[in-house]
Amino acid sequence: MSTPLLSTDRLVKRFGGLLATDNVSIDVVPGEIHALIGPNGAGKTTLVGQLTGNIAPDSGTIRFAGQDVTRLPTHKRVHLGLARSFQITSVLREFTALENVALAVQAHAGHSFRFLADARNDEGLRGPARRGLEEVGLGQRANTLASALSHGEQRQLEIAMALAGDPSLLLLDEPMAGMGAEESQRMIGFLRALKSKRAMLLIEHDMDAVFQLADRITVLVYGRAIASGTPAEIRANQDVRHAYLGDDGMVA
Amino acid sequence: MIAALRTPRGLITALILLALAVLPLLTQAFDQRYLLSIGTRIVIWSIAAVSLNMILGYGGLVSFGHAVFFGIGGYAVGILSAHGVSSGWIQWPVALIAATLWAALIGALSLRTRGLYFIMITLAFAQLVYYVGGGLEAYGADDGLNISRSRFPGLIDLRDKASFYWLCFVALCGTLWFCSRFANSRFGYVIRGAKSNDLRMTALGFPVFRYRLVAFTLSGTFGGLAGILLANEGAYISPAMMSWVKSGDLIVIVVLGGMGTLFGPLYGTIAFFVLEESLPHLLDLMRKGWGEYWQIVFGPLLILVALYARGGIDSLLGRRS
Repeated sequence: MSTPLLSTDRLVKRFGGLLATDNVSIDVVPGEIHALIGPNGAGKTTLVGQLTGNIAPDSGTIRFAGQDVTRLPTHKRVHLGLARSFQITSVLREFTALENVALAVQAHAGHSFRFLADARNDEGLRGPARRGLEEVGLGQRANTLASALSHGEQRQLEIAMALAGDPSLLLLDEPMAGMGAEESQRMIGFLRALKSKRAMLLIEHDMDAVFQLADRITVLVYGRAIASGTPAEIRANQDVRHAYLGDDGMVA
Repeated sequence: MIAALRTPRGLITALILLALAVLPLLTQAFDQRYLLSIGTRIVIWSIAAVSLNMILGYGGLVSFGHAVFFGIGGYAVGILSAHGVSSGWIQWPVALIAATLWAALIGALSLRTRGLYFIMITLAFAQLVYYVGGGLEAYGADDGLNISRSRFPGLIDLRDKASFYWLCFVALCGTLWFCSRFANSRFGYVIRGAKSNDLRMTALGFPVFRYRLVAFTLSGTFGGLAGILLANEGAYISPAMMSWVKSGDLIVIVVLGGMGTLFGPLYGTIAFFVLEESLPHLLDLMRKGWGEYWQIVFGPLLILVALYARGGIDSLLGRRS
């Protein structure tokens, strides 16, 4: 196995008496999709928050792209190549789809202390933004306000924004949430095509999607990683079946 | 430019700017000196309102202490003047630097908070300066201080009311020009994006705090400019120019005119002053003595705007393209 792009070492986060992250050590290697699953309240969101820099862990370390990023603020991690999408759709609603992606491009185009030049006809931003929208299939919707896009389109827009900085790792927090079956299938195809270029840590409730996409799966229960392995290993794991999947054969 | 005149908004804005540009000629022709004095204050307050709009309208940061920059700009001019430094070439840069530094300091501390806390902390800093001003016995304390106008020998005589008005008007045009560029610049997009969704902007990789701090500081610089002009307009400084009521008036003006629009603060200031000057007379005409209670009418008017014209006066002028 190649050197991990992202790895955590015995990460711990407590909220009062609640141990939300209990000595979690996981890693993502280049070119793989590593899925993180677990029932509600398992601490997935808390873990993601620590990886992105929104939550400070109590102990343990996070390494990304060869350096210790445990105490690094969010925007610096982004510039190292760590991009994310949100569980609850998070786009700039008052801006058009094109403006949303152009801002994502701008975030990686040096500092933005430029006060006078008009950014609306700045091809250095708009050109890559247009290409990014086309890549996710939103080319026709460039000038539509983000708030007027359908839910599925907003999820696609989020992916386009996350991809704008050409990240080496994508943190996808339930990218299929709220999508219809057809939209989900399209997203799965898109993510699979993307895999060769960048690694992904996928948090997802849709088990079909997880088992179709993931190279490795880690199961989180009560803040602890109880199992980690290939989809086949996870399917066969008794602890997982008992603690999370249930014995009723939810995973066929 | 010409095409913009075909829309109601463009036409009205052009007429307002034209009227403001020739106001001294009009007031002279109709022998209404008092109107020029109101006009001067409208122009100065517009500069302050445009500067507040940069952070309030575009940035979504409700600063409840913006009048403090009237005070910082004004007191810098007044204190220098009281010590015999009457040259505007010294007074004005010192005042602008003072306002800028103070804005950077307040911003660095207050921008670490959100929402209601941000409102309270900006108000607290403004009150701090207000009470310091009231305690400066050497400069008139609460009573304030009469000062002489800044001197720019050989360039312009600020004692001439028309010249001073035109200087203020040029300053307003410069402020509006900067704001128009700023709004659609890369920097403006970051500030507006952070208003829309600051968590998203951080996740995209923007150090949002740093950009907001610079916006807050710039806003303070232009607020300081308004303070310099205000002190010169009345040839007088006092803590009253930075009371929290003035800060509140500035917020009302920006909301009334249309937050996050280029000319909204200008419309808002004109509407505010026109109502403030005319409502008492109108009510007195209805019944003698009612004029004193003009705010009973003014308050509900503001509520109506807040409820039914969310985009302020600007939104009444038609859709934006």
